[in-house]
Amino acid sequence: MSDRIKVTVDGVDVEVEPGTTILQACEEAGAEIPRFCYHERLSVAGNCRMCLVEVERAPKPVASCAAPVAPDMVVFTQTDSVKAAREGVMEFLLINHPLDCPICDQGGECDLQDQALGYGGDASRFDDNKRAVEEKHMGPLVKTIMTRCIHCTRCVRFATEVAGVPEIGAIGRGEDMEITTYLEAALDSEMSGNVIDLCPVGALTSKPYAYTARPWELKKTETIDVMDAVGSNIRVDTRGREAMRILPRNHDDVNEEWLSDKSRFVWDGLNTQRLDTPYVRRDGKLAASTWNDAFAVIAEKIVGKADKLAAIAGDLVCAEGQFALKSLMDNLGSPHLDCRQDGAKLSGPRANYLFNTTIAGIEDADALLIIGANPRVEAPVLNSRIRKRFMMGQFPIAMIGAPADLTYEVSHIGAGTDTLADLLAGQHGFADVLKNAQRPMILVGQAALARDDGDAVLAAAIQLAENSGAISPTWNGFNVLHLAAARVAGLDLGLLPGEGGKDTAGILQAANSGEVETVILYGADEIAGAALGDAFVIYIGSHGDRGAHRADVILPSAAYTEKQAIYVNTEGRPQMTERAAFPPGEAREDWKIFRALSDHLAVTLDFDTVEALRVKMFAVAPHLAQLDQIEPAAAPQAPQAGTMASDAFGVAVEDFYFTNPIARASATMAACAKAKGERAPAKQGTGSHG
Amino acid sequence: MSVRRLHATQPESFAFTPENIEWSKGQISKYPEGRQASAIIPLLWQAQKQEGWLSEPAIRTVADMLDMPYMRALEVATFYTMFNLSPVGEFFVQLCGTTPCWLRGADDLKSVCRKMIGEQGDITEDGKLSWLEVECLGACVNAPMVQINDDFYEDLTAESFEQVLTDLRAGKEVATGPQNTRHTSEPEGGLTVLKGTK
Repeated sequence: MSDRIKVTVDGVDVEVEPGTTILQACEEAGAEIPRFCYHERLSVAGNCRMCLVEVERAPKPVASCAAPVAPDMVVFTQTDSVKAAREGVMEFLLINHPLDCPICDQGGECDLQDQALGYGGDASRFDDNKRAVEEKHMGPLVKTIMTRCIHCTRCVRFATEVAGVPEIGAIGRGEDMEITTYLEAALDSEMSGNVIDLCPVGALTSKPYAYTARPWELKKTETIDVMDAVGSNIRVDTRGREAMRILPRNHDDVNEEWLSDKSRFVWDGLNTQRLDTPYVRRDGKLAASTWNDAFAVIAEKIVGKADKLAAIAGDLVCAEGQFALKSLMDNLGSPHLDCRQDGAKLSGPRANYLFNTTIAGIEDADALLIIGANPRVEAPVLNSRIRKRFMMGQFPIAMIGAPADLTYEVSHIGAGTDTLADLLAGQHGFADVLKNAQRPMILVGQAALARDDGDAVLAAAIQLAENSGAISPTWNGFNVLHLAAARVAGLDLGLLPGEGGKDTAGILQAANSGEVETVILYGADEIAGAALGDAFVIYIGSHGDRGAHRADVILPSAAYTEKQAIYVNTEGRPQMTERAAFPPGEAREDWKIFRALSDHLAVTLDFDTVEALRVKMFAVAPHLAQLDQIEPAAAPQAPQAGTMASDAFGVAVEDFYFTNPIARASATMAACAKAKGERAPAKQGTGSHG
Repeated sequence: MSVRRLHATQPESFAFTPENIEWSKGQISKYPEGRQASAIIPLLWQAQKQEGWLSEPAIRTVADMLDMPYMRALEVATFYTMFNLSPVGEFFVQLCGTTPCWLRGADDLKSVCRKMIGEQGDITEDGKLSWLEVECLGACVNAPMVQINDDFYEDLTAESFEQVLTDLRAGKEVATGPQNTRHTSEPEGGLTVLKGTK
């Protein structure tokens, strides 16, 4: 391209886009520039001065992160003057930085430590007292040791720009400058944990992880998160069998490098409340048992009575397990199978239940209508992508449903189906906004779909998308935001009622009437125990939660960090988890449980390895084999449906911190929920100094 | 410069007087729509004028009026030394202690403050006086000097400064500017040059 600019870095010529910073050009040329304040996903601050480089004909060193390139610029990054500048900056930064690396949690993965080694001097010349800063309270997740802070302001910029909660700031000035939240309140964000990753020193560290491990003693496993349907890429760090912490991995099309607090801090839930051996209820009490015993009890209930058997799959289960369950139910001949434990009216062509625009595609949209969703708590990482698009400007957003603060400007145009009908009839101003937009997006949440008239709402939303020109060969603006990591795979694999089969509501009804006598709950924990009547309940799952409490037989299975399995996110992107640790005790991988059970029920499944299972699964859903690829779905088809009831949409996620059995087992999540409850009334301000 | 933090005890609430609300609207209207936050310093200053100091509720009130996050307003309030984050006396003495004033006897003035008021930040029991040492106020030619509320009192000696404080406390009128025979910053004892021009 002709309008690219030629820059020479240390004798290497590179061509870059105009507006590129010198630092980016240097990286392109392969020159490493140390930095603290600069972060490619945040605005440029230019206050740490670590990135100084020499530019030909410039009188003094230039802060490369903040200076744009000019044509034929000649940059030097390895000259004596640059080295002296770096050493000088480093010496100033270390003047007030405590020498507490041996007791600092950042030790071993600290930018300041690494860069002091690489670019700093050998000893300090500073003989006076160092400054000390009082600790600041930032809630149950972020531990602060503010004496270590070097005032890069990354956390301030993250909170303001990405998280959309401008609550962190720098008070005072000069030597007295301190980073704090307003009156030291906990950060009111579902993304607050990211400031820990951003902090280049040990000022902001993880409170739950404090003093538990050193980075070099941890085994790092790259895997996928299942706390929401985004499919964030994560790294699970384990020591022995125990998960010690969870960190995000970069994936530009999914989570960038952010992670929601639930995904990041849920790991203590993986180590508590675990089911580690089969249980059988005898005389009203659950007693530890063996696999063979448990299978024998189950066989007694099921063999010969398969028509009275039903199964419901839960929110955190993998594609392999769901496929094995479906195969088992098929072999037994029972059609009563459903993967929608919330009762969402989703099925049909793939485009009807996918986030078709894709998460990265949000950035190309130019108008958004949210129907019955609160992406801030349902998918925080996806919400920050919407905010990112909003910050670019020219992005009108409207919302139908329960009002919520989404961290960006939203016009709340209605509470329920009436407004949706108005939009459909073109009687609302926002209908024109959608129509005039080039690439409008419609986002439908589970609060709008998990109701009796869910299919009518879905039909109306698809109709509206068609009317607004949101669906064309080049753009698919119809989106369903899922809450459960398991759901899209379940729908892809057809875990839906078969011929004459019952859906979740039907199964519960039949369980009460006695029509269904045995129910398999495969990780389904969002169903109240009483709703299952007197049915014999087989629970297959990893945690002792609602499902296990109600169960008559418990078969312990592996959690998402303990198996290699495929999950499909809300976009329809299949991703594979890796095993970070082995499941506890007698617990086994999900598909193995169904395979072993099938033997005892005399309907042996015809696969003996997970590879064989996957071959069969890929025959049903070939796109699952294309890991990290989204198979674009065709246009959504409005289902035949009745009329919409006129009541308002509810709230799909009541408590962000307690949406699944793992989160409910986590003490950290409980502490977060408590802190959130405490700050709610205080937000109006009591006038007293915090 | 001392560490600037919010005062330990804060009032329950803050409200602008109706006149100040009108005045604030005028200030805000100077800036284009969406840029109201630019009026933060005038509004904080007016809040301080009304109460004598800036309380946490006052900072919040101003932030609400300008539709900006509380944290951003707090950053401004703690950055500028002209904002008093603790209560001050009715007559708030800012005593210049920078080199020119110091050479001309600022230490004597400090002794007067300690004698009549107490340590820096203390308020006299009658609520009339408090003092703070500040950096150069730009009146070096009339050193030593203090600023009391909005006015400069210059060319002070320990005696004349004590008299100023006593008179202010008693509610008497005190002439601002030089407290000796000088007229503004003209030479002491009258003009010495350019006298012969006719």
